[in-house]
Parts: sequence; structure tokens; C-alpha cells
Amino acid sequence: MTAQAPAAAAAKTTPVISVRGIDMVFLKKQPGVVDKTAKRLGIARPEPVGVHALDGVDLDVFKGEVVGLVGESGCGKSTLGRVIAGILAPTAGTLRFHGREFDEMSPQERYRAKVAVQMIFQDPFASLNPRKRVAEIIGEAPLVHGLVPRNELSGYVDEIMLKCGIDPAYKQRFPHQFSGGQRQRIGIARALAVKPQFLVCDESVAALDVSIQAQVINLFMDLRRDFDLTYLFISHDLGVVEHIADRVVIMYLGRVVETAPTAELFANPRHPYTQALLANMPRISTEKQTFGQIKGEIPSPLHPPAGCHFHPRCPFAFDRCAAERPRLITKSAGISAACHLLEESSR
Amino acid sequence: MTEAKEPTLVVEGLKTHFFTEAGVVKSVDGVDLSVDRGEILGLVGESGSGKSVTGFSILGLIDQPGRIVGGSVRLNGEELTTASPKRLRSLRGDRIAMIFQDPMMTLNPVLKIETQMVETILAHRKVSHAEARATARDALGRVGIPSPEERLDSYPHQFSGGMRQRVAIAIALLHGPDLIIADEPTTALDVTIQAQILSEVQALCRETGTALIWITHDLAIISGLADRVAVMYAGRIVETGSIAEVVANPRHPYTHGLIGSVPSRNRRGTRLTQIPGMTPSFLALPPGCAFAPRCPRATEQCTAMPELAPCPSASHLARCFHPMPEGAAS
Repeated sequence: MTAQAPAAAAAKTTPVISVRGIDMVFLKKQPGVVDKTAKRLGIARPEPVGVHALDGVDLDVFKGEVVGLVGESGCGKSTLGRVIAGILAPTAGTLRFHGREFDEMSPQERYRAKVAVQMIFQDPFASLNPRKRVAEIIGEAPLVHGLVPRNELSGYVDEIMLKCGIDPAYKQRFPHQFSGGQRQRIGIARALAVKPQFLVCDESVAALDVSIQAQVINLFMDLRRDFDLTYLFISHDLGVVEHIADRVVIMYLGRVVETAPTAELFANPRHPYTQALLANMPRISTEKQTFGQIKGEIPSPLHPPAGCHFHPRCPFAFDRCAAERPRLITKSAGISAACHLLEESSR
Repeated sequence: MTEAKEPTLVVEGLKTHFFTEAGVVKSVDGVDLSVDRGEILGLVGESGSGKSVTGFSILGLIDQPGRIVGGSVRLNGEELTTASPKRLRSLRGDRIAMIFQDPMMTLNPVLKIETQMVETILAHRKVSHAEARATARDALGRVGIPSPEERLDSYPHQFSGGMRQRVAIAIALLHGPDLIIADEPTTALDVTIQAQILSEVQALCRETGTALIWITHDLAIISGLADRVAVMYAGRIVETGSIAEVVANPRHPYTHGLIGSVPSRNRRGTRLTQIPGMTPSFLALPPGCAFAPRCPRATEQCTAMPELAPCPSASHLARCFHPMPEGAAS
């Protein structure tokens, strides 16, 4: 399967997952001791601030595609993954599955849609129940969802384990008896056991050693071919995303700043932030690299800068950047970026 | 003055073993290293390869049940493995410093940055508190912390991860040490912040002539940062040489596999070269070459331990009976 074929074919069809204008605000739920005391004494306190984790995010993922979602800590990439996987309900915005809005679905449809979207987590030590045997971890969900009758379950679990490269002879073992790479395979097997169409992989190879990481990346690519899967692959590692994704979405402080087909994005980054990420990405080479072209810290998502969130660190920033939020401008099919410079240059 | 010609740090045949109830864990089993002034050596290996224990051994920070059982560690010609605890204490933080992965581990959460830095200065120098504070302020400025004077009065939790790591680096640099050992210091940081730290470390080593050992699992960082690299596997160095030699022409099958398993743009969408199996347990190491069970080139000969041999130049060494042919890297 070539990388371009599914993307081109999918362009005409409805996306598997489509999100529009997603906002996610995490508010401080409980007022702290200081707030309570201040209230009792009648002192005015500032309004509780919320973290705007996602700020008007649009994203389409088409069938058979691997979309890489890249960003640094606090950019909202995991939150978006959780919203898409149905774990978090967004504050505002719509989520569509095969063109049908989640809120308009009948309870049964919604239930089926949720099973079809599965998530694979970062930490293979925290995401498996330590008290359950592997056979139970993998077999529980298909049994509960009525996908496999109880008498066929054992054979089904064996089959899934084989597909994920775990020896079915180990099915009576507990998670602690496996290495990190094997546990990640168990996590993948658990997600696959409910026959999903869409996988959200949240930093799923970040915790693994280089040689084990390569094994798991290969497994993801094999499974995509064998099960006709669609992925949202969330990672901070540009090298991994460059390898596995067909299309890349770059996020910064809750907003999408650029999206483009992988080869295009790496060859011709349009947003200054993407350019900075690529320049600072360590690569295997025989020559020394010059690091650190971008100054400053990632601002706190509690108090993001006005206008373009990236402007305080951007070498090309001008007056407009501090005042006005740049829109995501589509430059050509599938390529868009949110930067005032692009707008100015296309005038 | 033979010592003057010797590199800043010379490690020869270092063996650090842990005597556990389950058996003897030979975490470091005959490691040779050297770093000279202003040089950056990358020590690369996967989890459990013994790279961190090598770093701790150099500083003499091995606790029970571990012990350095053999070999020598010489800093500017002075033997450290037999040095008294008092002597080691006066060297640590002064001549050798260490930077850890998690700066929360090295910074005391209940003390101001100033207190911690001044304490470090006064431990080694007889200066007034005001002078120490000035030194600390300058050190913070040097690692790129904005408004260092005010930041001295902050607590560690008031800094971001990247800034905390800068403080840790500033503390390591306080006395202008001859050698810094950095153990995965940027692993927990974001790409742009990691790049800032790498850039500053590169510049500082060039300016001050400090020798640096950068311990990491990430070959990509090493290839952009270091002058030389040593690849560790199961407690031994399997390949060492200049970055250009090792990256362009890896001779040990493990190094070759490691480079092959790094996703890079050349192999987009294709299967990554994967090393089959996993890192062996130290308690059940195979005889001879520890990599043999995972190695596609292994033969019966590999049940004996190969020596670290020139391959092909005297500066590029590999521990393998059947090294990869030249130009095997794709």
C-alpha cells in the first residue's frame, strides 16, 4: 500500500473522524483555601482562570490515513486525542464519525462508534491492570461488547496475541512479567480486540528503547495493512511521525498552526514554529548540528500571549502578530498554515 | 610530567558489579574510556546497558550492594578508585560535576536556588557570602536564565523543566570543573528547549575547555553534539570512534542495528531495521559476546568474548569477530 493512494482516494469520501471548532477549557473546580478565606473576609479575588487546552481546532482524518499530531508539552495534542477517542467531552464544537454528529446519534449508534475508536497509551506500565492476566486484559472487552462468544474467546485472544507478536503461551501471565515493549504490544492487542476502525496512539512509542521502538513502529504499520486501520498518531518525536504519518498536523498552545502532507511539511515548512521544530530536531548525521535557533520558553497555557501564540518567540513577528489571531489559511490542497506572513505574501 | 599529556579523564578496565541475592550483576564489565579538554564524548546505550552506572562509578557514587571491583579511573592523572572519601568529596562538585535527567532530583525543593548555589560555592571556596552570591548570579546568567538576580530568590518549583535543568547545569559549572558527566539531561525536555540546552552546552565546553561525557539512549542527539561516541551493550563498550566514523560506517552489528532503527526521512514508510529480541538480563548473559543471540552475523566463534579491536583505523574500535563490511550503513 503506498502512502498516497489511500489519501487520494479518501479525498472524495467523508472523513472517518471530523472535528470542527473544538474548544476545551479546564476550569479549576474547587476554590482553594486562599479563595475561601478571601471570600469570607470579603476581599475581591480574580475570577478563576481556565486552561484553554484546545482553541477552535478543526481536523479531518480520512479512511486508511495516518495523521501525525505533533507539538510540545501543553499544546493540547493529548487532549485532542482524548476528545476524539470519546474520553473527554469538549466544551464546544462538534465531533463527527463517518459524517454523523455524535450528539445526533442514537445511544446504540454512539456506543458502536465509541467502540470503533480505540486508544493506545504512552506508558505500558500504567495502562495495564496489574492484577489481571493477559488473557483477561485482552479478552474482557470483546466479551463485554458481544463481539466474540465465550466459547470462542480463547482462540480469539490467541489470534490477536499472535498478530501483535506476543506468544499466546504467555496468556496466563501478569503484566509485570513482561518487558516494556511486550507490554506495549499487550496494550495494542487490547485495543485491537474490539475490532476498531480508528486508533488514537498517544505517544505510544515514546517510552520504549530505540530498538524496541522500531519493532513497535513496524507492528503499527503491519496492523494498518492487515486490519485496514486509520491512525491518529500523537507524538513529540518528529522523526517517528515523519516515518509513519501520511499527513502531519502541528499544534502550538491549543491551536493548529500548520497541516500538510508529510513530505511537503518536512521539505517546505511554512509556519515559523514548524521551521524551528524541524531545525532543532536531532538527526543522525556525521556532522555537528547547530541547535537552539529559537529563544524563549513555551508560555503557560494559563496565560497564552495575545494574537498569535507564537509571536513572543517568533523571529519574524511584526505588530499584527501581537494583536490579531492568524487564521488557518489553505495554501493549496491539503496544505494550510496559520501565520500572518503567509497572508501578507499572498496579497 | 607524564600526567600532563594524559587526557582529562582516563577509564581503564572499569568493572562495577552488584552483589545481589539473585546473583552478581556485572553492570559495568571492563569499560575503557577517555575524554580530553573541551571534548564531548557521547556514551550511548539502551536501558540496562550500564551507561549510567559507568557515570556513577567515575564519581565514586556506587552504593551497596554495588562495588567497583576492578580497573582504574584517573582524573588529570589522579587515581579515583582508591581515593579517600574525603578526597572524593572535595573533587565532586569542584573538579567533576554531574547533571542528572531529572533536575528535581538534584535540587532541594524546600531551599531557594540561592541557598543551594551559595552552599555549593562555600563548600569548596573560602569567599564571603556576597561574593558567592555574585558568582551564583553570573553562573545563572551564563546558562541563559533571564533576570538572574531575582531568580536567585526563587524555589525550584517556580521554574519550568527547562529552566530547572539550566539551574542544574549552572550549579555543575560553578567551579569550572574539568569534567562534567551528564546523564540523559534533555530526555524530559521539549524539542525547542532541548535544542537551547544543547546549544549552550556546546558553547560552554568550547569556551571553558571542560570535558563532557553525555550519556543518552538517543544516537541522533549524540551525532549532532559529540566529537566521539562509545556504544555500550550489556556492560561493555562494543564500538567507539569519532562520530563521522561510527555513524557513516558502523562496524558492530548492534551499532548498525541501532542506527537502522532510528526513523529517518530516507526510509519513510518502509519497515525499520529492527533488532530482534530484547536486551538480555544481566543475570543470564550468554557466554562470549552478549549480543550474539540477537545478531544476524553470529557464529559459533561468538561464544568467546571478542576484544575491542581497531576496525579499520586505530581510533575506530569494534568488539566483534564478524564486523559489518565497510560502508554497510544505508
